[in-house]
Amino acid sequence: MTNDHAIVVEGLHKSFGDVHALAGIDLVVPRGSVLGVLGPNGAGKTTAVKVLTTLLAPDSGRAIVDGRDVVAEAEAVRRSIGLAGQSAAVVDELSGRENLEFIGRLFHLSAAESRTRASELLESFGLTDAAERRAKTYSGGMARRLDLALSLVAHPRVLFLDEPTTGLDPRARNDMWAVIRQLVAEGTTLLLTTQYLEEADELADDIVVFDHGKVIAQGTADDLKDTIGGDVVEFTVEDKGTVATALRAVSGCGEGEPSATEEGEITVRAGRNGSAVLLEVVRRLDKSKLTVFGLGVRRPSLDDVFLALTGHKADDDDEIEGAA
Amino acid sequence: MSTYTADLTSKLRFGAYDALVLTRRNLLVWFKVPAFIVFTVIQPVMFTLLFRYVFGGAISTGLKGGYVSFLLPGVIGQTAAFTSFGTAISLAFELQKGTIDRLRSMPIARSAVLLGRLGADLIRLLITVLIMIAVGYAVGFRFSGGVGGAALMIVYSLLMGLAMCCISAFIGLAIKDEESVQAFGLIWVFPLTFVSSAFVPVASMPGWLQAFANNQPVSQMVGAMRALALGHPPQAPYGDHLWLGPLWMVAVMAVFIPLAVRTYRRA
Ligand SMILES: Nc1ncnc2c1ncn2[C@@H]1O[C@H](COP(=O)(O)OP(=O)(O)OP(=O)(O)O)[C@@H](O)[C@H]1O
Ligand SMILES: [Mg+2]
Repeated sequence: MTNDHAIVVEGLHKSFGDVHALAGIDLVVPRGSVLGVLGPNGAGKTTAVKVLTTLLAPDSGRAIVDGRDVVAEAEAVRRSIGLAGQSAAVVDELSGRENLEFIGRLFHLSAAESRTRASELLESFGLTDAAERRAKTYSGGMARRLDLALSLVAHPRVLFLDEPTTGLDPRARNDMWAVIRQLVAEGTTLLLTTQYLEEADELADDIVVFDHGKVIAQGTADDLKDTIGGDVVEFTVEDKGTVATALRAVSGCGEGEPSATEEGEITVRAGRNGSAVLLEVVRRLDKSKLTVFGLGVRRPSLDDVFLALTGHKADDDDEIEGAA
Repeated sequence: MSTYTADLTSKLRFGAYDALVLTRRNLLVWFKVPAFIVFTVIQPVMFTLLFRYVFGGAISTGLKGGYVSFLLPGVIGQTAAFTSFGTAISLAFELQKGTIDRLRSMPIARSAVLLGRLGADLIRLLITVLIMIAVGYAVGFRFSGGVGGAALMIVYSLLMGLAMCCISAFIGLAIKDEESVQAFGLIWVFPLTFVSSAFVPVASMPGWLQAFANNQPVSQMVGAMRALALGHPPQAPYGDHLWLGPLWMVAVMAVFIPLAVRTYRRA
């Protein structure tokens, strides 16, 4: 059974003093698939990654990576995995190439093999032009790509990426996504943590949602969106006196009845057909001659997921933050 | 049984190899950072010259060759202790940055990160000591204990550096935060090096300080190094014993290596 699974986790617990960073986690990741671990600050994502990459011993429970136990067979696990942690772990003073070559040497490649492997990776990560420059001079996106390249030197079968795009601008994030997709296409099993539902949606086959060290939801991106009612069409009426008219006009467009805020912002839950509902809303507003602004489809955010699953927003939890 | 032995030797071989790769990496980083060069080369040279010319006239040592003969082994001992600051800073920085986590997630020898750090720091110290000896020669210092004595003095300085770096490795790994290490990592070194026989004869200190200054490890090491460099029999102010200092260093390592290793595993 463990053989077709790259990662199996059962009842994993890890506490730091009073903080239960992992409070009983179960996970299964089939070979060649991508698991997105979604959760707010302090949810336990990094702790889980550290246990799975042999950096941290769990208090109890079991974790098997590539068929080996992360505690009893840590050495063997280290041969199968690659890790790009939450911050770019590159040596700033060395060039991109030197960073890669030293990791190659530590995997006992010869000097020539290390050089070849470094060139390959620099090429496929778009870093060839910056290869000889100190990593210190790299942009955030380049440093992250180099960091990912460093984790791939020895062709790991299971890859762990801890928030690979946090802090990147949209373009750098898109570049990173393209690189990750290519890796996955080559058959690497990937566990990726993220704070963005959109990212998990883009990259992951399955998603687990962490909160306070527990898995509070699990499934495909579509499953999760169903749980929270899917896309949302929003607009704001210019004249607040027309809210009632507007509500009547768009009634029945989406799922359930539309709702309005005191500021005149109207929300229509659209399920999975955001664009169809949007079109219908536009037609009806046009017909009723109402003036509105800010009309658009919004994809559900992590906040929506949390609101729906836990009844609290992702970031209004000071208790856990304070312990960080 | 025989496969076990083979395993063990190949493990040791790979362990040494991994440590060597990391030593090379750490030295390369050192060569590329001007601030590190200043700290490890220019500062000790400056200390040598400052003490030689500013304090030298006021301190009488009764030694042939004057104060510079007294000073050089002492300032080399101080440098060996100060070198360890770099060990603490680098380890704390690498922990914070995540580069140590990357190395720990790789199939390399458990000991390689610490050994690679210590290896690079000792080579760095050796280079500094050789430069200081050259500068010393330019301002009047002479070895008078023969080539053997000179070589042994250098070995002693490296042993002292190693022991101090082990203490610092523990401090850097335990504090884990580069800025705090910047602030506190060197505090323990000051009383140890200045309340010692490194710069002035202990006899010139108030009585209550002498008891400490005479018997603490830095004085013991510096005294022995002075005796070796100058070819005197070990006696005050040249150090009472040639072996008491090294014994101290071994004791320090016996305490701090296990502490550093344990902290590294849990960091
Ligand atoms: N070494 C540690 N010592 C004490 N507490 C810790 C330690 N590491 C993590 N924690 C605590 O465990 C909890 C989970 O932390 P973790 O880093 O796993 O969260 P995360 O989901 O990765 O958060 P983020 O999105 O901020 O990276 C937090 O409350 C954190 O403060
Ligand atoms: Mg994290």
